[in-house]
Amino acid sequence: MAARGLDREARQGLALVAPPFAYVLLVMAAPLLVMLATSLFLFKTGYREYVEGFTLANYLQVWADPIFRALMLRSLWVAGLVTLATVVLAFPVAYFLSFVVSPQRKALWLFLITIPFWTSYLIRVFLWSVILAPNGVVNSILDFFGLIERPLRMLNSVEAIVVTLSHAYAPFAILPIFVALERIDRALLEAGRDLGENRVMTFLRVTLPLAMPGVVAAALIVFIPTIGDYVTPTLIGGGRVPMIANMIQSQMLDQDNRPLGSAIAVTAMLVVAVLAAVFMALNRRFLKVRA
Amino acid sequence: MRPNWLGAYALLYLLFLYAPILLLPLFAFNDATIVAFPLRGFTTQWFGEMWENATLRRALGNSLIIAGSSAVLSTCLGIFAARASTRFRFPAKGGIMGAIMLPLVLPEIIVAMSLLVVLLSIGVTLSIVTVIVGHTLICMPYAITVLTTAFASLDPAFEEAAQDLGESKWGAFRLVILPLVMPGIISALLISFTVSLDEFIIAFFLAGNQPTLPTYIFSQLRFPASIPMIMALGTVLVLLSIVMLTIAEYFRRRGAARTGQNDRGFL
Repeated sequence: MAARGLDREARQGLALVAPPFAYVLLVMAAPLLVMLATSLFLFKTGYREYVEGFTLANYLQVWADPIFRALMLRSLWVAGLVTLATVVLAFPVAYFLSFVVSPQRKALWLFLITIPFWTSYLIRVFLWSVILAPNGVVNSILDFFGLIERPLRMLNSVEAIVVTLSHAYAPFAILPIFVALERIDRALLEAGRDLGENRVMTFLRVTLPLAMPGVVAAALIVFIPTIGDYVTPTLIGGGRVPMIANMIQSQMLDQDNRPLGSAIAVTAMLVVAVLAAVFMALNRRFLKVRA
Repeated sequence: MRPNWLGAYALLYLLFLYAPILLLPLFAFNDATIVAFPLRGFTTQWFGEMWENATLRRALGNSLIIAGSSAVLSTCLGIFAARASTRFRFPAKGGIMGAIMLPLVLPEIIVAMSLLVVLLSIGVTLSIVTVIVGHTLICMPYAITVLTTAFASLDPAFEEAAQDLGESKWGAFRLVILPLVMPGIISALLISFTVSLDEFIIAFFLAGNQPTLPTYIFSQLRFPASIPMIMALGTVLVLLSIVMLTIAEYFRRRGAARTGQNDRGFL
């Protein structure tokens, strides 16, 4: 009877989840598989000429390409810096929200933090080019106080891209850390203090390890989409600091080499997946204590 | 003293988050064709230009159709997923729900390019319909997050009571559950609408020659003469998003209060 009941529940659950799951299979999974197949079974030999059949030629070409390696490394470097900046800057805010703000005020703070994230991504990114421009906000302020003789050149650099992306992905880092901090049983902190630890040691030995699942989630949630960001290198880099997304787009459309473009996309995804897996493995001991 | 330092830091952080948005109205009302300091004077000229722009109006029309359709589709699909994940246990649940939520972190360039390869190879003409297909995919995780909060702490006793009183499963869902989660549904619709309205990459690659608001903005950013008008447009869009998100938040909280949910904010 119990087994039958569970069976029925399982069937009902599967029937319910089928429409959204089918949509995801059709619109996300199937295209990704087609992309994989395109990279493995087609090779472009000339204008609208393709050789069919299994081949690793696209992948060999990708790995042999110094431009791919340079752009991939740059994307990883940028995403790594952005992740570090967002997580380090966001942690104190998440801590403040969880431990200092009164419970009635928390929702308001969260709302205020998330609002900029939902609005006009494109214009926000563009405004950073206004802020960092030679006649922009930062230079105007520095000039006003007489701190510089001539405007600083900040645009079209990796640093400018990092600043812009750190701003764009900031809320993504706060929320998972906040949720992890909220889950911490406050009695554990008291126990730490009762056992003679001071505030700093309690934070380092109790709060921080318990918050690590949130930190790991925040890092991944920021790292993965930033690698593939297209808008910021285009607008802030001014075309001079391309990242991997620009290369995928250029191969797919400008060069019209879809097999090679697909191979770049698949390779980039594999690199990111491997790094994410390594990162999670390194933090395994923190992720296990989640209870 | 520690809370004060933290509070001051949090306020500074908030200022950092809002800095670009606060600049928007400054430049939108500034009487100069160059977007830079010092400001020159007050004008509403750029809003007038924006109002008379025919391409912009077409882009707005397209964006509203796309955002409206994607919001309805992703919320409907999201209701199934949220209901299944909060009420039922089934095999491979973690994997299935993970796949459904994956578009949240998958870089949009990958989603856009893989869809583009498929659509082009089966000969589909790019239009706002193809954008709706893509936007529904990426809006769905957001809708599900909001809806899960609404469905999560629904007391199953309500539904059982309705069924004991002779309602069918569907009747119990329509008469008891649906009204209880309605605030969550409205909130999910508004959030998906906002996400779709603001989405650029998928619209850029899948819209063919149809403009949407973000792709129109992107095309104009190359022309310095159009920038002040874009600042005016940005001001309007930011205000519009804030209004919609505030309404969404209101309904989400009302829904949370109705089902006795612990409040955690979006996501």
